[in-house]
Amino acid sequence: MKVLVAVKRVVDYNVKIRVKADQTGVDLSNVKMSMNPFDEIAVEEALRMKEAGTADEVIAVSIGVQQCQETIRTALAMGADRGILVKTDAVLEPLHVAKILKAVVDEEQPGLVILGKQAIDDDCNQTGQMLAALLGWPQGTFASEIEFADGKANVTREVDGGLQTLKLNLPMIVTTDLRLNEPRYASLPNIMKAKKKPIDEKTPEALGVDMAPHLTTLNVAEPPKRQAGVIVENVAELVHKLRNEAGVI
Amino acid sequence: MNEDDIVPLLDGVRRLVNEKLIPAEARIDREHRIPDDLLGLMREMGLFAYAIPAEHGGLGLSKWAEVRLIFEFCRAAPAYRSYVGTTNGVGGKSIVLDGTDAQKRRYLPSIAAGDLIVSFCLTEPGSGSDAKSLSTTARRDGAGYVLNGSKRFISNAPIAGLFTVMARTNPEDKSAAGVSAFLVEAGTPGLRVDPPLEKMGQLGAPTADVTFDDCRVPGEALLGGTEGLGFITAMKVLDDARIHMGAVCVGLSSRLLEEMTAHAMERRQFGKPIAEFQLIQGMIADSEAEYLAARAMVEQTARQMDAGENVTKAAAACKYFASETVWRIADRAVQVHGGYGYMRETAVERLFRDARLLRIFEGTSQIMQLVIAREAMKEYKATR
Ligand SMILES: Cc1cc2nc3c(=O)[nH]c(=O)nc-3n(C[C@H](O)[C@H](O)[C@H](O)COP(=O)(O)OP(=O)(O)OC[C@H]3O[C@@H](n4cnc5c(N)ncnc54)[C@H](O)[C@@H]3O)c2cc1C
Repeated sequence: MKVLVAVKRVVDYNVKIRVKADQTGVDLSNVKMSMNPFDEIAVEEALRMKEAGTADEVIAVSIGVQQCQETIRTALAMGADRGILVKTDAVLEPLHVAKILKAVVDEEQPGLVILGKQAIDDDCNQTGQMLAALLGWPQGTFASEIEFADGKANVTREVDGGLQTLKLNLPMIVTTDLRLNEPRYASLPNIMKAKKKPIDEKTPEALGVDMAPHLTTLNVAEPPKRQAGVIVENVAELVHKLRNEAGVI
Repeated sequence: MNEDDIVPLLDGVRRLVNEKLIPAEARIDREHRIPDDLLGLMREMGLFAYAIPAEHGGLGLSKWAEVRLIFEFCRAAPAYRSYVGTTNGVGGKSIVLDGTDAQKRRYLPSIAAGDLIVSFCLTEPGSGSDAKSLSTTARRDGAGYVLNGSKRFISNAPIAGLFTVMARTNPEDKSAAGVSAFLVEAGTPGLRVDPPLEKMGQLGAPTADVTFDDCRVPGEALLGGTEGLGFITAMKVLDDARIHMGAVCVGLSSRLLEEMTAHAMERRQFGKPIAEFQLIQGMIADSEAEYLAARAMVEQTARQMDAGENVTKAAAACKYFASETVWRIADRAVQVHGGYGYMRETAVERLFRDARLLRIFEGTSQIMQLVIAREAMKEYKATR
């Protein structure tokens, strides 16, 4: 089975982000970028399938600016076989990404697409679901365990009440939750070998996807600064403050 | 390899260092050993063979790429580096450089895989800086040799699978030509490793004395199959090793600077962060400037070595300047931390103890000064 993994280039999770002065977005100049952590989990799961013999090829696809190639290289260094870069400078919305991924799926015919449940930059949590709808495929979102048996997959999902296990037919969509696995570190020899693995370049236009925006960002603002706390003497004072100052009871 | 090629490697190492190695430092200092799972991660990453050529299964990095890698790796406590240092350094490289084909085939694959740790045995109780005066003997006996003598302060001896041992094959010849190198496998009868020594710092990397008592080795154990090659081989890898040690000091310096600056910006006295006091800024500024100078010197010397230039003077200067620099920076880092810097709970207390060794082993600062001056005078004479 071919497994397609979607990998997004996002601001590194260690970076303290700043909003641009004109409040149109986040300042990305000179900021370290890395692979979305949920997508690393997706790559790891695909690699484990390959090592277990369930998958025979792992393809990493990224959509965005030229530098997304570095994110694909990271997936190749972890062990993916080849990459596809769909190059665009357009502002990307989940629906654009889902449509582009659908076009790639139509060309590649994978048995499984694994995506992160969300990206840590915009936290949309939509792309996997939209892709499933566009393809008409079953979906196992927020997966914490995947098991394959008899041409079907049991996907355990982390839902509010606990764990839910679904039996899904292939081909299918999986989105990863944090506890699915712990991604490996790419080894230095594999990072060096990744340079020689092939990356195909495509464009949304060539894939027939319309990149016209559906959303307009009105304003981006920093969260309000936290106020200093106060220590209260007793319960009576606490209740008084909650009622009269905080207005929460 | 250029800047674009090296960045992904550095990112990979930085991540391992930040996420796994730095968080475990305090525990390693307390328990005097590096946990197996971390050694496993280092092995999988390829850190056990960064300096071994690609044709022998290592990474085959240029010296410039190696020092860049070490700058990153050595942001973590130097015990980690020490663990793989002898294998990548004189111990392993002497086999790469002057080993026979059979010796290379027998040892290099497991060295590159990180399964075989090599210790380098030169120093003796009576011979430290004056290494050429060593008195361990190797007497020819039939097809083999019999080794007698003791070696002092041997890094990684308790965990080594192989010992590169410098011993005198010609007792008449007191010069370097009388010394040969032997590859002695752990477990050879007559080879004894004493219990690990109690040290000031770098506690995760074991150091022990090693004794050879009528230790019989086969003729194939003679490095390069030629008597008298031992010292000559060691000298060949010395410039390499000194640039490497310079890089180790640079990596540790950058870490100390991070710790120092973070604390200065966090800690408040007299109503503001202490970083706002100019006397504190002076310590940060001096440390930054000296760190940048050491880093530039090491990178430049590594490039010159890659270009095939003679770097004996510059390599000794790298080891000398960078180790004295990291020591000054470690001292300022403790000063900026105040009383906290004297307590076991802070990283700088530990790194301060770790840093002290760097001015002593692999040639003391005084010996480096002698080499620099000797080379400088040689150059001067040659131009007159
Ligand atoms: C933790 C640790 C690990 C080590 N690992 C190894 C190892 O793996 N393999 C190995 O072979 N060795 C190892 N060593 C030994 C190390 O290389 C020596 O300790 C070092 O070379 C100094 O030798 P010495 O201790 O005998 O000091 P000495 O040579 O006795 O020096 C004492 C002092 O005299 C100074 N001095 C000596 N000669 C001169 C001179 N001509 N001019 C001016 N000053 C001089 C020195 O600079 C020093 O300050 C290790 C040492 C330590 C502490």
